[in-house]
Amino acid sequence: MPLERVSVTEAAAKVIERLRDKHGELMFHQSGGCCDGSAPMCFLAGEFRLGGRDLYLGDIHGCGFYMHADQFEYYKNCHTIVDVVEGRGSSFSLEIPLGLRFMIRTRLFTDEELADVRPVEPAT
Amino acid sequence: MAYQRPEFKEQYENYIGGKWVAPIDGNYFDNHSPIDKSFIARIAQSNEKDVDAAVEAATAAAPAWGKISIVERSAILNKLADCIEQNVEALALVETCDIGKCLRETMGADIPISAGELRYFAGVIRAEAGSISDIDENLVSQEVHEPLGVVGQIIPWNFPLLMASWKIAPALAAGNCIVMKTAEQSPMSMLLLLELMEGILPPGVLNVVTGFGAECGKPLASHPGIKKVAFTGETSTGRLILQYAADNIIPASLELGGKAPNIFLESVMDQDDEFLDKAIEGFVFFVLSQGQACTSPTRALIHENIYEKFIEKCLVRVAAVKMGDPYSLETMMGAQSSNDQYQKIMSYLDIGKQEGAELLIGGESYDNEVYPDGYYIQPTVFKGHNKMRIFQEEIFGPVLCVTTFKDDDEALEIANDTQYGLSAGVWTRDIHQMQKFTRGIEAGRVFANCYHTYPAGASFGGYKNSGIGRETHAMALDHYRNTKNILISYDKNRQGFF
Repeated sequence: MPLERVSVTEAAAKVIERLRDKHGELMFHQSGGCCDGSAPMCFLAGEFRLGGRDLYLGDIHGCGFYMHADQFEYYKNCHTIVDVVEGRGSSFSLEIPLGLRFMIRTRLFTDEELADVRPVEPAT
Repeated sequence: MAYQRPEFKEQYENYIGGKWVAPIDGNYFDNHSPIDKSFIARIAQSNEKDVDAAVEAATAAAPAWGKISIVERSAILNKLADCIEQNVEALALVETCDIGKCLRETMGADIPISAGELRYFAGVIRAEAGSISDIDENLVSQEVHEPLGVVGQIIPWNFPLLMASWKIAPALAAGNCIVMKTAEQSPMSMLLLLELMEGILPPGVLNVVTGFGAECGKPLASHPGIKKVAFTGETSTGRLILQYAADNIIPASLELGGKAPNIFLESVMDQDDEFLDKAIEGFVFFVLSQGQACTSPTRALIHENIYEKFIEKCLVRVAAVKMGDPYSLETMMGAQSSNDQYQKIMSYLDIGKQEGAELLIGGESYDNEVYPDGYYIQPTVFKGHNKMRIFQEEIFGPVLCVTTFKDDDEALEIANDTQYGLSAGVWTRDIHQMQKFTRGIEAGRVFANCYHTYPAGASFGGYKNSGIGRETHAMALDHYRNTKNILISYDKNRQGFF
C-alpha cells in the first residue's frame, strides 16, 4: 500500500460526519489566495466543478481531496493533515456556520517515504 | 493614550429596503473581538430567504435610482463621504474592536480612504461622458451607459469598510442598487455606517445582509435577480463565484490575493539618507494590517551585495514594531482576525521551520500583557528560497520571507515565479532599472519606491490567479454598467435590400 498524501484528524473526521449527516456527500478543495485561503474548503460533492488542472490527492474520511496542479507543485513533498479548529471564515466552506474551520497541518515526507508515496491523479 | 472599547447594541439585524429587518428564520450568531475574545453583539444569520427579500427590495428601488440625475447621484455619494468623515473616530474604534487591527491604521488610513473613494466616484461621474461618432454623413453612433440594475457584492474581513467602499462607490455611481454581504468576522463598521447614514440613500438602494458564506453568500452569488457579482477572497470560493456567474451568464469581478515580491536593488544602499530610510520602512510594511492584506509585501528580494548591511537595518526596524493595546495610537500592530487565522499562521511558522528556512526574527506568538486572550503573533522574518511553501502560499499574517538575487534577471525571474500577480514593490535609485522592473513584473499594481498607498484614481486588481477586474479607478464603472449603442440614421432612403 502506498503512503497516503492526505489524512485527517479524529476531530476533523467527526466534523465531516456531522456535515455529511446534514448535507450529504462532501468534497474538499485546497484553496489559495487571500483572507481564508491556504486552507481546505469543504463543499457538497459536485458543487465545486473540478477542472482539467485539478488533481485528486486521495480520500479523507470518505471525501475526495483535490488541489490545483499549480499549488500541488509546492505540496508534493508534504503530508497534509486536515484538522479542525474553532474559528470563523468568510468563504463558502460548509463547516463555518458551526463556528469551526478546517485547516491543514503539514509534515514533510522523508526521502524514503517519498519513494513510496501515492501518485496523484487528474481530478477529472 | 488609549481610547476606550466602543459600545454596541446587543443585537443587529439586516438592512433591507431602508429598514432594519430581523432575519426571517430568526437565527443569530455571536460576534467576538479578536483583541480579547470579548462578546461584541449578536448578528443576523441570514439565509436564502433574507437574500431573496434583499434582492426584491433592491429590484424595486433600481428603476428610480438608475434614473436620478448625475448631479443628484454625485451629491449623494459626497454626503456618504461626509458622513464617514464626520464619524472617523467612531467607525475606526468599531473596526478596531471588530477585526483587531490597531487604531492608528483604522483612524489614519482605512476609514478616511473609504470616504475618499466615494468622493472620487462622485467626481468621476460628473466629469465623464459617453461618446458619439459620425459613421457617415447620415449615420450617427452613440455609446451610452446604463446601469446593470441589482448587483451582489461580497466583502472581505481584512479592511471591512474600505473594501466595502471600493465596491459601493462604483456600483452606486454607475446607478445600480446593491445587495451586500459583509464578512462574518467583520460586520460592525458597515452596520454602524448604515445607522449613521440614515436618510441619505433612498430605501432599497443599499441592502446589507449578514451571515455565513455557505448560507448567505452562495444564495447571493447565485441569485437570478443579480446582474453582476463582485467578490474579494480566496481562490476556491472565487472559482465557485465564477461558476454561479456562468450559470446565470452574468459578469463577475474577483480579487483573490497575492504573494507580492518587494525588490531591493543594489543602489538602495548607495547612500545613508532619507530614501534608504524609506526603503527600510518599505521592507517593514509586511506588518501593516498584521499582514492581512492581499497586497502585503511578503517576499523580500534583496541584492546579494547589499544583503548583510540592509537586512541588519531592516531587522532593527522590525524589532521596533510596537505591539500592545490596539486601542492605543502608539501601537503599530494589533491582533490577527480570528482563531482560525491565528492557527493557520502558526502552522505556516511550523512549515517554514520544517522546510529549513532560517528564522531571522519572531517566529512565535506574542504574549500581549494588556489582552492575554487575543490572537497576537510576532512580526516574523524567514530567510529561504522561492520554492518553499512559505514563499509561495499566502499566509495572511505578519510573516516575511527573504531571499537574495545576483542580478536584475534573476530578481525578475523570482518575482514572477508565483501563481499570483496582484502587487509588487521595487526600490532603486536608477530610473532605467525602475522601468525594467515596473514593466517586467507581472502584477496589476507595481509600487515603485513606495508601498501600501491606495489613492482613489490609481487602479487596483490582479494579473494571473489574483483575479479579474479593476477597482479604485474610473474604469471600475464599466464593471457596473451596460454599454448601449444607439445607431441613428438621418437618411430618409431605404437601404435597398428588400
